[in-house]
Amino acid sequence: MLLTDLFLTFAKMGVMTFGGGYAMLPILQREVVEKKKWATEEELSDYFAVGQCTPGIIAVNTATFIGYKEAGMLGGILATLGVVFPSVVIITLIAAFLSNFAEIPAVQHALGGVNAAVVALIAASVIKLGKSTLKNTPSVLIYLCVLALAAAGSFLALPGLGGQVLDVVSSPVFLVLGAGCVGWIVFHRKGGEGE
Amino acid sequence: MTLLRLFLEFAKVGLFSVGGGLATIPFLKEMGENTGWFTNTDLTTMIAVSESTPGPMGVNMATYVGFEVQGIPGAVTATLGLIFPSVVVILIIAGFLQKFRQSATVNAVFQGLRPASTALITSAGLGVAVSVFLAVGGVAEHTFNLRWPQLALAAAIFLCMQHKQLKKLHPIVFIGLAALVGILFQF
Repeated sequence: MLLTDLFLTFAKMGVMTFGGGYAMLPILQREVVEKKKWATEEELSDYFAVGQCTPGIIAVNTATFIGYKEAGMLGGILATLGVVFPSVVIITLIAAFLSNFAEIPAVQHALGGVNAAVVALIAASVIKLGKSTLKNTPSVLIYLCVLALAAAGSFLALPGLGGQVLDVVSSPVFLVLGAGCVGWIVFHRKGGEGE
Repeated sequence: MTLLRLFLEFAKVGLFSVGGGLATIPFLKEMGENTGWFTNTDLTTMIAVSESTPGPMGVNMATYVGFEVQGIPGAVTATLGLIFPSVVVILIIAGFLQKFRQSATVNAVFQGLRPASTALITSAGLGVAVSVFLAVGGVAEHTFNLRWPQLALAAAIFLCMQHKQLKKLHPIVFIGLAALVGILFQF
């Protein structure tokens, strides 16, 4: 029953996600944290952090994590198959019958609206997530540093060596590993609890 | 044999594209050039469809390419190939985390990771916001035009989500309404 539930819940989320893994965050918070209580906000942010620096797509990685946590290896596999199942059906139908789908004016207009909604939903999700992940000064400082570097990496184009250095220090892998090391140094001394 | 090759090619994409679905595009471009399965023009169509349909974009791309190459078995095989490496890696990490959940070190590391993860999501959200709200171009090359209708719609949805009653609505309700607004006002 739990396995079926995992498959169906993640299939539902696959249908409701537009864009990448980040667009899935609001849906994950609603379905997995609030409704099913399969994970906490903190755990979601853990999965996103690991998903950033491991192979594969974040939405898929998160499904595997939550499925495994709830029902072991089989749960991980079924949740993952659930999240990709709607894509396989929808894309196959479109590829077979409607390959000019993306050029239909109504689709483009609808997508324009959906994208605006996704920005608003991500903003609301980040605030919700921040309430549980930014509870103390070191956390807020880590947040600001990582945000500054990541934003600089995506919006600034430095020439020459500076650009290469920026590419490295703003990559998610570097930032996640760096924050992990900082966390280990700062929070371990405090006895593992950062309060 | 084509199915096996599809599986392996997409397993390679899954293994080397770290992060979101957009990370798969350079690998797919190379795949098209090496295998002759699809042209760059085909790829552009596939990206457009993948972006405008539900589901993680990388998964949509794999299904699309697989279908074009070998029909429905191809679509299923390519998708399974794409997710195979990450399922293996995550199952190993998840097993490890469960075993060391009580460890003070692992706890401390994750306390550092959480704010970083929140920051990366914020930064990605800013990137999406810029691409949605700013129209590049116009008369001079460096002019940016704010897309006011999108900005107003996003602001309205954000405010609704702070409202005591309205925020209980499922996020998909807001997405559906926004699609309707987009069609009505020709976004």
